[in-house]
Amino acid sequence: MHPHEAAPGGSLVVVIAMLAAVAVYVGPAVANRRQRPWPAYRSVLWSAGIACLGIAAAPGLTGQVTSFVGHTVDHILVGMLAPLLIALSAPVTLALRTLDPVPARRISRLLGRRAVRFVTHPITALVLYAGGMWALYTTDIFRSMHENTLLAALVHVHFFFAGYLFTAAVAAVDPTPHRHRHAYRAVVLAAALAAHGILAKFLFAHPPAGVSGSSAEAGSMLMYYAGDAIDAVLIVVVCGQWFRATRPRAAATPRRPLIRFPQPSDR
Amino acid sequence: MPTDEQYQNRRRNLLSGIVVGVGVAGFVDEVVFHQLLHWHHFYDRSTPDIGLVSDGIFHAVSWFATVGGMFLLADLYRRRGVWWTRWTAGLLLGAGAFQLFDGTVQHKLFGLHQIRYEVDLLPYDVAWNVAAAALIVVAVVLLLRTHRASASRK
Repeated sequence: MHPHEAAPGGSLVVVIAMLAAVAVYVGPAVANRRQRPWPAYRSVLWSAGIACLGIAAAPGLTGQVTSFVGHTVDHILVGMLAPLLIALSAPVTLALRTLDPVPARRISRLLGRRAVRFVTHPITALVLYAGGMWALYTTDIFRSMHENTLLAALVHVHFFFAGYLFTAAVAAVDPTPHRHRHAYRAVVLAAALAAHGILAKFLFAHPPAGVSGSSAEAGSMLMYYAGDAIDAVLIVVVCGQWFRATRPRAAATPRRPLIRFPQPSDR
Repeated sequence: MPTDEQYQNRRRNLLSGIVVGVGVAGFVDEVVFHQLLHWHHFYDRSTPDIGLVSDGIFHAVSWFATVGGMFLLADLYRRRGVWWTRWTAGLLLGAGAFQLFDGTVQHKLFGLHQIRYEVDLLPYDVAWNVAAAALIVVAVVLLLRTHRASASRK
């Protein structure tokens, strides 16, 4: 028996959607090569992010319907890993660079709107992201989403967009209406890291409705350690941006050799 | 005597050391005592909710500190401003203060978890907190030395 027999049509739709999403990004990136080369690694990041979404969306691939561990794998793929990879691929920068002036100007005007500024603010993004996680696992939404396919889809859409907003606000690779200081973004990131760690440990002891103790323990440990690994990447990105931004001017610090041997003039 | 760059970056050397020290102490605690020795655990079910929250914040801060502190050190390095004595003082101070806080406030005052279970705790508590105090004493000695070296610039 074929393992994907449950919904062969569903898998086909997912594959087509993935290919389309990759083409939308990689097409302009490659076509634009002659004017200003777009780094290939960004296309790889985008494609990997889309692949994460595809794996999570493919019916029954991660066992999300049957086990809490499968659900956690989905949670990490959709809400953390895909947003990270996609945010680092700088899709807004690519769009502004490759689109015609009129739609490009429309995008940058949209980014300046007050509502968009509010939603993309690091603290708003943090509340949407961490608040959404807490709301899902500590209320009846978690139980309901296993009975209602539409609700399950909505939850995953929220996971992805909240995760993307948060990652983009903290990592700030794309142009944002107002870029916050590194220390500010670092504190918001640490708060998210704490919220995630506390939730994972909380679920370890208090399984969500309808989840057995042992699978809650396995799932929450996965959530804890995978969350740490992904947050470590974000920490390195934020610190690396700070490191580049505070590079001392050549004039301010005269270059000295790392090891200075005694010179005759020292005497 | 410190160079100009070392002297100008004396605060940053201390800060970077402290930040890495907190991170390393948190990391060692988690890896050695939680994961390798299994003396105390991922989450102790009998602990109150405040333990959960403080642990989570502590973990987030120490995880961030480990990475951020190394970037601070890299920044000092490119400024030719690394002052190892002062940096090491910060490292020991951060690690010692973290361990002392863990051993007194978290273990004893809040009773979140103990070092181990089903044994006489006294020798463990003494070893833990004396080790923390020793780190702080060495840190203070090193700090005083860099102070004296700074003063000799005048």
